[in-house]
Amino acid sequence: MGKILGLTGDEVAAEVIRQINPDVMAAYPITPQTEIVQGVSQFVADGLMSTEMVRVESEHSAMSACVGASAAGARAMTATSANGLALMWEIVYIAASLRLPIVMPVVNRALSGPINIHCDHSDSMGARDSGWIQLYSENCQEIYDNIIQAVRIAESKEVLLPVMVTFDGFIISHAMERVEILDDEEVKNFVGKYKNPYPLLDISNPVTYGPLDLYDYYFEHKRQQVEAMERTPEVIQKVGEKFAKISGRSYDLIEGYKLEDTDLVVVAAGSTAGTIKEVVDELREEGVKAGLLKIRCFRPFPVREIKEALKKAKAVAVLDRSASFGAEGGPLFLEIRSSLFEEAKKIPVVNYIYGLGGRDISIKQIRSVYQNLQRIAQTKEVGKLVDYLGVRE
Amino acid sequence: MPSLKSLSQKKELLSGGHRLCPGCGASIIVRQILLAAENPVVGCGATGCLEVATTIYPFTAWKIPWIHNAFENAASTLSGVEAAYCALKRKGEIKEEIKFIAFAGDGGTYDIGIQALSGAMERGHNLLYICYDNEAYMNTGIQRSSATPRGANTTTSPVGKATPIGKERERKDLVEIMVAHNSPYVAQASPAYYNDLMKKVQKALSIKGPTFINIISPCPRGWRYEPSQSIQIAKLAVTSGFWPLYEVENGKYKITYRPRKRVPLIEWFKSQGRFKHLLEEENKKIVEEMQRRVDEKEKILLARAGEKP
Amino acid sequence: MKEKGWKDIPIGGLILEPGNAINYKTGSWRTFKPVRDEEKCTHCLLCWIYCPDSSIIVEDGKVKGIDYEHCKGCGICSTQCPVNAIKMIEEAKEG
Repeated sequence: MGKILGLTGDEVAAEVIRQINPDVMAAYPITPQTEIVQGVSQFVADGLMSTEMVRVESEHSAMSACVGASAAGARAMTATSANGLALMWEIVYIAASLRLPIVMPVVNRALSGPINIHCDHSDSMGARDSGWIQLYSENCQEIYDNIIQAVRIAESKEVLLPVMVTFDGFIISHAMERVEILDDEEVKNFVGKYKNPYPLLDISNPVTYGPLDLYDYYFEHKRQQVEAMERTPEVIQKVGEKFAKISGRSYDLIEGYKLEDTDLVVVAAGSTAGTIKEVVDELREEGVKAGLLKIRCFRPFPVREIKEALKKAKAVAVLDRSASFGAEGGPLFLEIRSSLFEEAKKIPVVNYIYGLGGRDISIKQIRSVYQNLQRIAQTKEVGKLVDYLGVRE
Repeated sequence: MPSLKSLSQKKELLSGGHRLCPGCGASIIVRQILLAAENPVVGCGATGCLEVATTIYPFTAWKIPWIHNAFENAASTLSGVEAAYCALKRKGEIKEEIKFIAFAGDGGTYDIGIQALSGAMERGHNLLYICYDNEAYMNTGIQRSSATPRGANTTTSPVGKATPIGKERERKDLVEIMVAHNSPYVAQASPAYYNDLMKKVQKALSIKGPTFINIISPCPRGWRYEPSQSIQIAKLAVTSGFWPLYEVENGKYKITYRPRKRVPLIEWFKSQGRFKHLLEEENKKIVEEMQRRVDEKEKILLARAGEKP
Repeated sequence: MKEKGWKDIPIGGLILEPGNAINYKTGSWRTFKPVRDEEKCTHCLLCWIYCPDSSIIVEDGKVKGIDYEHCKGCGICSTQCPVNAIKMIEEAKEG
């Protein structure tokens, strides 16, 4: 059943939101997310969705309205990019602390300044401590699949955390790809109904959301959030298995590409993972044992799966599409390295910061990364720990 | 408007045990509003005295569903709650008639909250926005807001050699700003005139669309007066002409209470420590200027309402 | 009230019991205490509508008493009473 369509990333997001038909969508346009909001608006205007669209006057209000709607007992969604996410930063933390299962596509775009509308991961990486689950999509199909699963993951009783589903701005959001769309009914059945256990609109059981915590209770409330994140990986895997049953596509916290007997591994998230797969195939033809570790779930960070995936590697390069100024490398690199710290066998790990502000990354550049990994594997010399791929000196 | 006697039979929806200062205007206002409401209410508070003092974990004084999100977004949060209500009502999952009321101070309304308020008003949600105006950021220590009147002493507009009158700038006229948003009902009220206040609340709740009531909320701590005087001061605000009681329904102005005799503005200044510097000889001219301004504003209001001075 | 651990409290910081602030006794804040003269009282209920702490107890349209567990002694009831039926007495001197 279902059908095959040629859709851009934003169009896919709009389409899947149509199928999910959330009760409330409060969103503010920002390039390159705009087509999502426009697409949904058209669906609503044409009577194809019964969603209450709240055309808020800023992203801060978008997330605020989603918090209100979700606490009220409705399924709420929004979407944003870069500075939009930055503007709603205050409320993003609050949404997670209130344990509201809001699902939000984030079309990855560089944070200002200078203002740049193209792709990098500085926006979602900047929100990595907010308490949101973060899933990175490689291509249009994954956007579709991730958003559907995100609703189930977010609303699971054991989790009750909001989920960010990211995909690369312009590279994926505005590129048309082949996508398999499920039937409306199948999506509807998969996401089911949202049941907030304590809705504001249940007037016979008045509850108070968002009290003042003094130093006697704040820590306990935060500890509960840690607990929810710890229960999340298992839920993501279970939902991935259930999704495989209706779509034929299975999902886990990470994706290993030709990792079974690999020496040289590159770790990446987002669309670049797709480009790396091309390079891995080329190198394998040439007899090089190259592989890719794609990070799908960044929060919670899948430490166990990463240790397992990298245990045979002789050298690892982590590609970061964002910088953490003042840190010794990018966020993905620092966390991968940290996961491997306890392991008996010391694996050399290096970092490449690349693609900031939409700077393209080429097959040639990725090959040079594997070349460096070969050198490291042979000489055991790490050389430069953090390098910048594609910047003009 | 039902009598106090019949209102007293209703369930009290704000419990005692909240930690607002003795004599605080805000809780008097909230009690009157909740008594006036005839349908179930869902409340949304902006960060501030009322919100903080009524919901110190694990205690809540609210007996209605209540949400606090952040400081500047009472209007947008409540917009989301109202949108959810519309969606779920349409689906048939909710049958009751529920009203939505935002409670925010002047900080969360005139200043940091004005964007969200403006957005909600323009979009036309069915909600009532109550500003309990204590004319400064009281919860954080009496700092000036754009609702602070000219001549008030606050911690960020203090009286000093360089600034002998305290706050130099006039306060914003938010009621006019709300009228300019095409709100179907905008009003100004005082808890001293409880009948007028409650009538306005009932009217606002019966009207479809985004409605707004600005309510003067005397603050013993910030305005520097004895707590027992709060209602007296809420009355003086009206009789001195500083806080006229009126409503604007679909652009039509109506004065809902005209004091028989207007009290000179100097009495308003005499009643509170935050104005005591205005009683100095060197500030006499400023006081006269402010009296003229209040008189001018009254004339304009009367003209708009089609009443004779 | 003994403080609970993170496993024993609702998630999300929610407070599930409406109006449980009643368990917090603000009556201890008082310096002056309102005392009502039953004879003088006309049950106009102005004290009730003006009380910031919901501490005037009314039953069947008549003032029954004052909730001294929560009354903060602000004195508004006393100043607003049209027949001077409420006097503010210094609690420490009450004996």
